[in-house]
Amino acid sequence: MATAQIQLPLPVLPTGWSAEKDFKSVNSLSTPVHREIEPVGPHFLAHARRKRHKRTFSEDERIQAAENVKKVEDVDDGDISETEDPVMLQRDAKDWKNQDHYAVLGLSKYRYKATEDQIKRAHRKKVLRHHPDKKAASGSNEDDSFFKCIQKATEVLLDPVKRRQYDSVDEGADREPPSKKETQKGNFFKLWAPIFEAEGRFSKKQPVPKLGNDKSTKQDVESFYDFWYNFDSWRSFEYQDEDVPDDNESRDQRRHIERKNNNARKKKKTEDSARLRKLVDTALDLDERIKKFKQQEHAQKNKKRIEKEAEAKRAAEEAVKKKEEDEKAAKEKEAADKAAKVDGKKAKEAAKNAAKKNKRVVRGAVKDANYFATGDASASQIDSVLNDVDLVIAKIDNEELAALTANLNGKKDASAIKGVFNEEVARLKSAGKIKDGEVKSME
Amino acid sequence: MSEEDGPASRVAIGLSFGNTNSSIAYTSAEGKAEVIANEEGDRQIPSILSYVDGEQFQGAQAKAQLVRNAKNTVAYFRDFLGQEFKDIDPTPCHQSAHPIEKDSQVAFSIQDTESEDVSTVSVSEITTRHIRRLAVSASDFLGKTVNAAVITVPTNFSDAQKEALRKAAADANIEVLQFISEPIAAVLAYDARPGASLSDKVVVVADFGGTRSDIAIIGSRGGIYTVLATAHDWDVSGTKFDDKLMEFFAKEFMKKHKNEDPTKNDRALAKLRLESEAVKKALSLGASASFSVESLSGGYDFTNTINRTRFELLSTQIFAAMTRLILQTVEKAELDPLDITDIILAGGTSHIPRIANNIKNSFPEGVNVWAPATKSDAINPSELSARGAAIQASLIADFEMENIKESCEPVVTVTPHLKHALGVLCISGDVAQGKFQPLIEADTPTPIRRTATITTPREGGDVLVKIVEGSRHIKVNKVENPAKANGATAKEADSDDSSEEEEDSDNDEEETREKVWHVGKVIAELAVKGVKKGGKVEVQVDVRPDLAVSIIAREVGAKGGVRGSVEAPKLENGSA
Ligand SMILES: Nc1ncnc2c1ncn2[C@@H]1O[C@H](COP(=O)(O)OP(=O)(O)OP(=O)(O)O)[C@@H](O)[C@H]1O
Repeated sequence: MATAQIQLPLPVLPTGWSAEKDFKSVNSLSTPVHREIEPVGPHFLAHARRKRHKRTFSEDERIQAAENVKKVEDVDDGDISETEDPVMLQRDAKDWKNQDHYAVLGLSKYRYKATEDQIKRAHRKKVLRHHPDKKAASGSNEDDSFFKCIQKATEVLLDPVKRRQYDSVDEGADREPPSKKETQKGNFFKLWAPIFEAEGRFSKKQPVPKLGNDKSTKQDVESFYDFWYNFDSWRSFEYQDEDVPDDNESRDQRRHIERKNNNARKKKKTEDSARLRKLVDTALDLDERIKKFKQQEHAQKNKKRIEKEAEAKRAAEEAVKKKEEDEKAAKEKEAADKAAKVDGKKAKEAAKNAAKKNKRVVRGAVKDANYFATGDASASQIDSVLNDVDLVIAKIDNEELAALTANLNGKKDASAIKGVFNEEVARLKSAGKIKDGEVKSME
Repeated sequence: MSEEDGPASRVAIGLSFGNTNSSIAYTSAEGKAEVIANEEGDRQIPSILSYVDGEQFQGAQAKAQLVRNAKNTVAYFRDFLGQEFKDIDPTPCHQSAHPIEKDSQVAFSIQDTESEDVSTVSVSEITTRHIRRLAVSASDFLGKTVNAAVITVPTNFSDAQKEALRKAAADANIEVLQFISEPIAAVLAYDARPGASLSDKVVVVADFGGTRSDIAIIGSRGGIYTVLATAHDWDVSGTKFDDKLMEFFAKEFMKKHKNEDPTKNDRALAKLRLESEAVKKALSLGASASFSVESLSGGYDFTNTINRTRFELLSTQIFAAMTRLILQTVEKAELDPLDITDIILAGGTSHIPRIANNIKNSFPEGVNVWAPATKSDAINPSELSARGAAIQASLIADFEMENIKESCEPVVTVTPHLKHALGVLCISGDVAQGKFQPLIEADTPTPIRRTATITTPREGGDVLVKIVEGSRHIKVNKVENPAKANGATAKEADSDDSSEEEEDSDNDEEETREKVWHVGKVIAELAVKGVKKGGKVEVQVDVRPDLAVSIIAREVGAKGGVRGSVEAPKLENGSA
């Protein structure tokens, strides 16, 4: 074998690839298939020489070799054996149009599904049994009529055009749709799936969608019925032509027959379309999934509506509540503000009044203390003490004033009163509010 | 067999023994296989024996007796040999001696002596007589007594059938060195031609004979052949064309002679058949052929002509069925038409040009269809079996019988075949992923060694050799009609009459199918380092019979290289 040339380049070694001696064994080959090579030709001789070289094979090896080998010749798997109906064996071949071609070949359970290969094998099987020469040998006097039936069946079924024509009217493959009553007992899918499968044989489009089951999606179910309402059928009815024009008739006669046939075929085709449509209608009607989807859709819609309404209601209620709350809060705030205002005014006034009263008490106290004089106080003495009192009052706030007033309260003794003032002035001095010598009368 | 029949005294030929025809071939001293003509000059000798007043006729002379002496003429008997009567299909013998049951075997009731007595002759005896005659023809031609042969048989010939044939031949003093299957003989006949290449091939052999059609799909790897699938069909074959022509000429005849239906009269029917077959053969060469029979029916002579087109119209269904049969068999082998490299048409019916042309049209463009109509250097399809047998005969003529037998035993012939293709990953254009390049195809028998040289990236450097399994998939692409795709430019060129064409090509979706590889299991990785700029890497993969693999990779021209091996897969249990 010459060396092959590969023009595509090898990949660059990925970075990080490493292996001992640059070789990595990863997997073994897949398990091989044992096949027989043909013991023919010069290259086989070389193979045999190599294989047999200086060795004898054990019995075991021989048995294994013979057993493991993959067979290529077909073995009759008995898939086309049916018992023959004695009535069928009596059929007259002249009546071939009315014979069940599949039954004649023993293929009743396959029918339109029978492969070309199956038909051929079935034919051969039948020939082996029913050939007139076989009958003669077995001494039976059966005529070769059934053999002719076999030949006719094979002729029809092996001709793709004739086979379609026959399959179009093969009642053996027809399935009677179940009644409404029957279906309503349940088992819709089990009852109807084979009906649609059988009808599907006429479809130009293959594969035909399946009926499915109660778990099928809405989309699948919809496209299933869509398919059937747009069914494109190859079914035709020439097999049932009443008259077949033959060469011996006149042209006009032939035309007449052809026209008659054509009309009959058309009529049957129309009827068949109507039949199928009705069948699909019935199925659709009985298909619980359709109801289920409708209900679901309905429920879905309802659910949405209810949800929406509830939501609206809740929102409205919330809005009202919020408004009420807001209003209430506003009112409360207003009231509070107002109250606070009033209170403040009162307090201020009270404080003012208290301060006035206190000032009066403070000023009264110096008068009670005879302006700190012994004997009658001179006008300048009175003036200076009152000035000092006013200065002290000016330097202190209302609270300090109240405290001062409280200290003076009940004190009649001049020196006690003077002591209170002296203390107050000393406090103010240490607080830095009054300087030395500023209030001479109270130091 | 007598003792002196050792290799030294052996004169061996190739023998093709069909239900319809037989032929004999030998390999010349120069190693060229040639088919021998008998005394009448026929290379296709009808497998027919006929007895007239105790005299035996064979071949064309016997065939001629089908008209006058049908009941003493034995034809189409090969498949009966070694079978029980209940298992045979007597249909082909409709117009010759009918098979009868004798001791549950097959026999014929014929008057084969001068006496009036009818004797019952077993199919085995008939076969012996037929082979004896063939051997005489061969011996006369070669000038020495032929005593051994390689005989071709269909792939579905049972051991019982082979044994019966071996015995029948032995009774004719012919030692059967080996039975080889007909399709393999055909492949061998082509592969033995000087200059034939032994590249990996998947060959379809379609053998269209007289009474049956046999298809075989054969993997061919370096001259080793493996049958991957077969099909046998008795419903499409050469005689079906004769039937069509008979029907046609009978009708034509009855246009002139209304009340003379030639199909209702055995002798007329026989004449009709013989002449129809002759017309069919003539139409394989010429564009028209004439039909001429003296006193066809009711004493009327009949001549007529038919052209090839008419014949092809009558036979469309048969042609279609033949093509279907091939495609179905390809499918049975789990292959696709894209996997097929060659189609060899064998058998006499393969002379019909339309068959080859139709098959060619149903397969991808590059497929070689080996038939006279499609290849000028095709071998005569009627001769393939005999030639292949003669080649094999010359290969083994010097071996002891014991030796030949042992080589044909399953312990030698049953061989593990690769389940998947084995190849290497390369880089292709824009795709970053690797692209599988097969080194060894699936269905290749082991042991097998393959070598390839592979280019490296432009700059050379370190490269990775990744050995992987690959499986072939068929990718179906739907493409719009190419005419439509090119529509824009076409329209500009001639805008006048393009509208009509466009309508035709509307929604004309075309399907193109292509073979693509899916990468499977990684078997091994090797690094080849420091490859020179522009250098190439040589990879050698060696699969042993136990499926262990050893691999060597090196830069072309360099010494040493990287090597390693991968263990054999574990045996699946259940095989013990
Ligand atoms: N040139 C030709 N053109 C058309 N048909 C031909 C030609 N030559 C031979 N045949 C047909 O080929 C058929 C015989 O094929 P072949 O010689 O391969 O027979 P066979 O292998 O014995 O067949 P089988 O075993 O299937 O009966 C006959 O039907 C014959 O008419």
